[in-house]
Amino acid sequence: MEADTKAKRHVVCRADEIQPGASKRVQVAGRDIAIFNVNGEYSAIGDRCPHEGASLCAGAIVGLAEADEPGEARMTRHGEFVRCPWHGWEFDLKTGKSWCDPRRTRVKKFDLAVEDATKIVEGPYKIDVFDIRQEGSYLVIDI
Amino acid sequence: MTSPVPSATNLRAGSLPIAGLGAIDCDVHPRSPRRQDLLPYVDDYWREIFMSREIDHLELSGYPETLRPNRAAPDAGNGDAASLAKALLDPLKLDAAILNVTSGVHAIFDPYLAQVLCQATNRWLAAEWLDRDPRLRASLIVPLQHPEAAVAEIEAYAKDHRFVQVLAVVMNDKPLGQRYLWPIYEAASRHGFALNIHAGNTYRHAPTQSGFNSYLVEDFVHQTQGFANQVGSLLAEGVLAKFPEMKVVLSESGVTWMPSLMWRMSKDWRGVRIEVPWVKEMPSLLMRKQVRLTLQPFDGPSDPAQAARAIAHLGGDEMLLFSSDYPHDHRIDVAYWPANLPEELAARAARENALATYPRLEV
Ligand code: FES
Repeated sequence: MEADTKAKRHVVCRADEIQPGASKRVQVAGRDIAIFNVNGEYSAIGDRCPHEGASLCAGAIVGLAEADEPGEARMTRHGEFVRCPWHGWEFDLKTGKSWCDPRRTRVKKFDLAVEDATKIVEGPYKIDVFDIRQEGSYLVIDI
Repeated sequence: MTSPVPSATNLRAGSLPIAGLGAIDCDVHPRSPRRQDLLPYVDDYWREIFMSREIDHLELSGYPETLRPNRAAPDAGNGDAASLAKALLDPLKLDAAILNVTSGVHAIFDPYLAQVLCQATNRWLAAEWLDRDPRLRASLIVPLQHPEAAVAEIEAYAKDHRFVQVLAVVMNDKPLGQRYLWPIYEAASRHGFALNIHAGNTYRHAPTQSGFNSYLVEDFVHQTQGFANQVGSLLAEGVLAKFPEMKVVLSESGVTWMPSLMWRMSKDWRGVRIEVPWVKEMPSLLMRKQVRLTLQPFDGPSDPAQAARAIAHLGGDEMLLFSSDYPHDHRIDVAYWPANLPEELAARAARENALATYPRLEV
C-alpha cells in the first residue's frame, strides 16, 4: 500500500499511438513496460518475461485455450493474454499472472489510465506532461 | 539365483523387519501358468488349439523365466499358494500381496487367443491362488490387443474385489494414453481398478529410440525410458485428466528418474499447453496425485541418506508403494525393509499408500 501512495504518474504516450491489437514498449522511471491495446482497453505490465527475459510486448495477444474434455478444445477470454514470443508462457494482461503458475510466476501489473490532454495540463503533475498536446488523449501511468 | 527368505547370505540386509508393518506387497510373481494349468478353463475348441499348436509355456522373450539368469530355484516358493504363504506372506506377516503375471500373453497377436489366455489365466489365478489364501490379490490380465474383450473381462470381475488392478506391460504396441484403449480405462476406473504398468517388453519396437541394444544390462535400464514414455502419454493424451480417480501404478520401474520427468513436463507444459488444454494442472501435480511407483528394484543410491534426498524430489511420499518383487532376486533379504531405503518411509509405503491407491483392496 505504501508503494501505491508513493506512485507517481507519468504520461507515457498518446493513446492513438497504440492501435487495437498492437503493443508498445515504453520506459518509465528506468523500467521497461509493455502497453497493450486490447479492443480499446489498455493494460500495462512489465515487459520482461520472468522466464528468460524476452520482451513481452513482442508477444502475440491471445485468448485462452481451454477444454472440459480431452479433444474438446476451445478458445475463451479472447485477447486477455499475451504469449511470450520465446517459449510461449501465457500472461494474463489484467493481472500480470502466468496462467500456468499464477502464484509464483507473474510480471508486474501497472495501473494505466487514459486521460484527456486538458486534464493532464490542469493536473498537479505538470512536470510529466511536457510533451502533451492540447488535443487528443494521452496514456498516463502510475509508477 | 533366488535367495530363500530369510537369507543368511543377503548382501544388504536392513534391520527393520517387514513383519509388524501390516505390509501390503504390491508386486509378487507367481510362476506363470503352463498349459496343464489353463486347460481346465478353456473350451474344447481352445483345448484342441492348445494341444495341436503346442501352446504351453508363454514367456516374454525380454524376461524368459525358465532360462538363466531369471529361472527361479525349485524351492523359490512361488509354485503354489501354500508355498508362497510359507516363503513370503507368513514370515513377513503380510496383510496382502498382489500377484502379477507378466507372461507371453501380452505379446500374442491373435486377439482371440489373447482373450482366451487372459480369461484362463485370471480363472487360474482366482481358483489356484486367491481362493486358497485370503491375503492374496491379483492384477487382472486383459487383452489390450482386443479392447472390447478387455472391457468384458473387467466387467466380469467387477464384483471380485480380489482383483485390484489391470495389468499392462510397459513396452508394447503403442503408447498407453491413446484413445483406442480408453474404453478399458473407463471400465477400470468405474469399478475402482488401478492401472498397473509392469516392466516387460513385447519387442514390437526396438527397446530404445536409437535402435536395438546388444546387452542385457542395457535392456534392464531402458525399461525406464518406456515408463517415462507411458507416463508422458497418459498425461498428454488426457487419461489422467479424464480418469482422475484411477491410479497408475508403475511396477519395477525404479523411482529416481521420475522427478526429472515431472520437472521437465511441468516446464515444457507452460509453453506448449495450448495443444493439450485438458491438462489443466501442472503435470508434476497430476503425476503426484495419480502415479504410484513400487520400490523394488530401487534404482537409487545405496546410501539411505542419499536415497532419501533422491526420493524427496518426488515432492511426496504418497507416490511410493512397498514391493518385494518376490521371487526375483535382488540380493536382499525381503524380510527386512531394504537397507538402501529410508526407514521413515516404511510405514507409509508399506501400507497406507497401498490402501489409498487401491479402492478395491479391503484388508
Ligand atoms: S522467455 Fe518468456 S517464456 Fe521463456
